Amino acid sequence: MTAPYTTIIGLEIHVQLATASKLFCGCSTRFGAPPNTQTCQVCIGMPGVLPVMNRRAFELGLRTAVALNCQIAPFTKWDRKNYYYPDLPKGYQISQYDLPFSSEGWLDISDPKGKIEPRRVGIIRAHLEEDAGKSMHDEAAGQADSRIDLNRTGTPLLEIVSKPDMRSPAEAKAFLTELKLLLTYLGVSDCNMQEGSLRVDANVNLHVHTPDGNVPTPIVEIKNMNSFRAVERALAYEAERQWQVWQETGQRLGQVPKQTRGWDDQANVTRGQRHKEESSDYRYFPEPDLVPATVTAAEVEQVRAELGELPAALRTRLESTYGITPYDSDVLVNQGRELVAYFIALADGAGDGKAAANWLQQDVLRELNARDLSIDKFPVSAARLAELIALVKKGDIDHTRAREVVFVEMLSSGKSAADVLREKGIERVDESELEALARELLAANPKILADIKQGTTKAAGALIGQAKKRNPNISPNRLLEICLAIAPGM
Amino acid sequence: MTLLEKTATELLADLAAGRLSSAELVRACLEQIERHDGAVHAFLRVDSERALAQAKAIDERRARGDKLGPLGGLPVAIKDLLCDRDELCTCGSRMLENFRPPYDAAVIEKIKAADGVLLGRTNLDEFAMGGSTENSAFGPTCNPWDTTRIAGGSSGGAAACVAARMVPLSIGTDTGGSIRQPAGLCGVTGLKPTYGRVSRYGLVAFASSLDQIGPLAQSAEDAALLLEVIAGHDPRDSTSVPKEVPAYSKSVNKPLAGLRLGIAREHFAAGLDAEVERAVREAIKVYQSLGAKVVDISLPHGKYGVACYYVIAPSEASSNLARYDGVHYGHRTDVRIMSEALEAERAALEHGSAGRAAAEAAVAQLDTPLVRMYRQSRAEGFGPEVKRRIMLGTYALSAGYYDAYYLKALKVRRLIRQDYDTAFKDVDLIVGPVTSTPAFKIGEKSDDPLAMYLVDLYTVSANLAGVGGIVVPCGQSNGLPIGLQLQAPPFEEERLLRAAAMYQRETDWHRRAPTLA
Ligand SMILES: [Zn+2]
Repeated sequence: MTAPYTTIIGLEIHVQLATASKLFCGCSTRFGAPPNTQTCQVCIGMPGVLPVMNRRAFELGLRTAVALNCQIAPFTKWDRKNYYYPDLPKGYQISQYDLPFSSEGWLDISDPKGKIEPRRVGIIRAHLEEDAGKSMHDEAAGQADSRIDLNRTGTPLLEIVSKPDMRSPAEAKAFLTELKLLLTYLGVSDCNMQEGSLRVDANVNLHVHTPDGNVPTPIVEIKNMNSFRAVERALAYEAERQWQVWQETGQRLGQVPKQTRGWDDQANVTRGQRHKEESSDYRYFPEPDLVPATVTAAEVEQVRAELGELPAALRTRLESTYGITPYDSDVLVNQGRELVAYFIALADGAGDGKAAANWLQQDVLRELNARDLSIDKFPVSAARLAELIALVKKGDIDHTRAREVVFVEMLSSGKSAADVLREKGIERVDESELEALARELLAANPKILADIKQGTTKAAGALIGQAKKRNPNISPNRLLEICLAIAPGM
Repeated sequence: MTLLEKTATELLADLAAGRLSSAELVRACLEQIERHDGAVHAFLRVDSERALAQAKAIDERRARGDKLGPLGGLPVAIKDLLCDRDELCTCGSRMLENFRPPYDAAVIEKIKAADGVLLGRTNLDEFAMGGSTENSAFGPTCNPWDTTRIAGGSSGGAAACVAARMVPLSIGTDTGGSIRQPAGLCGVTGLKPTYGRVSRYGLVAFASSLDQIGPLAQSAEDAALLLEVIAGHDPRDSTSVPKEVPAYSKSVNKPLAGLRLGIAREHFAAGLDAEVERAVREAIKVYQSLGAKVVDISLPHGKYGVACYYVIAPSEASSNLARYDGVHYGHRTDVRIMSEALEAERAALEHGSAGRAAAEAAVAQLDTPLVRMYRQSRAEGFGPEVKRRIMLGTYALSAGYYDAYYLKALKVRRLIRQDYDTAFKDVDLIVGPVTSTPAFKIGEKSDDPLAMYLVDLYTVSANLAGVGGIVVPCGQSNGLPIGLQLQAPPFEEERLLRAAAMYQRETDWHRRAPTLA
């Protein structure tokens, strides 16, 4: 059965750029300082002050736009967006209106688990603007009391506007995940949604399939989504809600004004926001206090050259160079540049990409999560772990024992694999010794021998415990193989 | 000649030679203000203690043999539109009646560093919006030549205090003629520099793309002295231009040979007072006698200047003045009275004769307390002319009108600039009147904003084009001063000053002072 409609989603993402100082003054952008301690006459909009562009913020924006495959405008200007709000002390926000510094880019999304089809999502534009302050409404004891914190006022924001190219909440989430990863690789933002360094608004409507073709429903903007999970849920809710509204009213795009709805994460619903807040005329005009910013083609090429390897390219390279699966490359790349570097060192050192990927995902990541560590703090270096993997591969030690005994010891003591093996008396048991042990055990257990001969090969497993008691260094797998091989002749 | 009849340059020589102390000079200024400012009202506030303390400190340093800055203890009056952390900055408005800025404007820093004495704060049209200083919330400034007449504006106080010989040097600002026009009407020398020549940092913005700070003084020589101090690039003002500042005070007395003066036929059209025209043409003859060549030119788009200006300046002002909302600083309405009134309005609607549904709809239309606070604070804090311009600008920038007004005005602005570029291919300076008539009576145009706006006819184009202009006194009509305006290509302030000084060596209009009762 085909769905009765297609969900059309576009996203607007505000990213706080990781500059030390604000967009138009020298104040710190650090999060969490006591209210109004990171302000100066410029960012609190005192009479007579003037903004001066922070070139660093512009560079971070430029780096992001280039990574998003955007066209970079050689000439870009600033505009004022006028509106009144107590946390906007100048009464206008300095933003970019009709000549943003970048436009027309794209970001590819896909999912190795197959939840979504690969898709190229267009970027309409990315532009710079200053953040507003924060209003805190304290309505305790029925006494409404609002307080303003201007620490955030003037923090540089990059607004990224996607085309309405996403067709499901899962695609929207995949886009956000990939974008966040890209921003992290670029080092342009810490992307902390809780602290507000990444904020998402969504525009969504339906294309209802009718016998006369697709009919678009009115576009709704959704705000107040505080996690990617919330975005996914809000979009799913909103699509279903719009479908109900369509069935009840048959309203099409253009028949009602664009609506803004807020996501209520507790109640799992979107709610309409006051109409007054939607119908603003911002009276944009060119900011006369700033001069236009210019970028040369050479500067753009310089930025492109310094981007480093970005997630999509890195996944492809890991798959082709190390023979790992798209699933594995996705897991590794999503962990960030540092972990990928560790993986490459591990795979190169061990001479086995697949084994390196397995060790990394099963043992290293588990340990990092358990200890809440980042890879640069991990006590076992890639070179030492590679040495252990090589020893397993050579057959000097059994894989399980390598994980459970040697790796654990390396983690706690920081010793090399070779040292741990020596100290624990772990050494390779040669084939003739193994065969002798196998004969002895089979002879001592006639019931098991008979079972094996009758084809119940798994009966041999019962011998492992005894074998390990005799010699803890044996490879259980190899011993089983030998048992099965010699049993028929006994 | 009495002490205060001397020019700043002459006083500086006296100070340097030890014939005069800065404290004596400041005391003389304070006495003159005490005696005459009741009638003139050039100053909003004079901090005599602070001024005397600064003067004494400078005198002590001079006595010790320290090298002093180029203003060497000369007093300077400041238009009450520039931030000084030790002063209120009212901008001539109730809105900022008690506002003390937390920082110094770039120009204030420079004057302090140059050892100028900050004598007091001069009157202005509210937020520099006006041409007569009648729009000051604290009362008009009167013309020292006839105190029933306007001093011009918006830097009316800045011009009147120099004319009345209360202070040798004064700082004004010019957005559409606000230095040059009052200089002309008060008979002093006033210079509006090229846009970008002087940092606007700390100048409370009226129209950011037009505002410029400049000197007012008795002579071009004195203006050169003060301009040299305040000019120069400032990294805090992105629109200030990184260009070397010439030593204006060194070159000001070098005459210009082979000067080509452009006379725009549009400047001598209908509406120009016959006496003003006569005085301006006499002044041109003086230049001709010094070897200047006169060239007829045209500035065809100048006639759209006033219209263009009154779209662009209010548009920027509507945005620049949005910050005065009663939230963070400045005037805030009495919130208790406001809340009670709002409650009363709500109760009246709820218990009125209208039906329930109508009453609910009416209540829903009521202001929120925040919006009412904004509206009422601004309604109380701003005077009528400021409100008029905020409304004009808000309208011009609104969706649906932007293209027809603001964008069109920007196009006209480009054409006006091109007129200048074309003209300056053939001439070194453009010479003409600064106002069409001498000072008019206080109150004469108060009820006619449009007539008031036309006062800017000869001055707004320089702001729109970003070029510099200087005004020097060049005659009188019935005892009222007449000004001559010279305009130069961008960053040719040196040429303006040298040309003005050439004229002032041949004439004594700039040495004439009013007789004050
Ligand atoms: Zn700041």
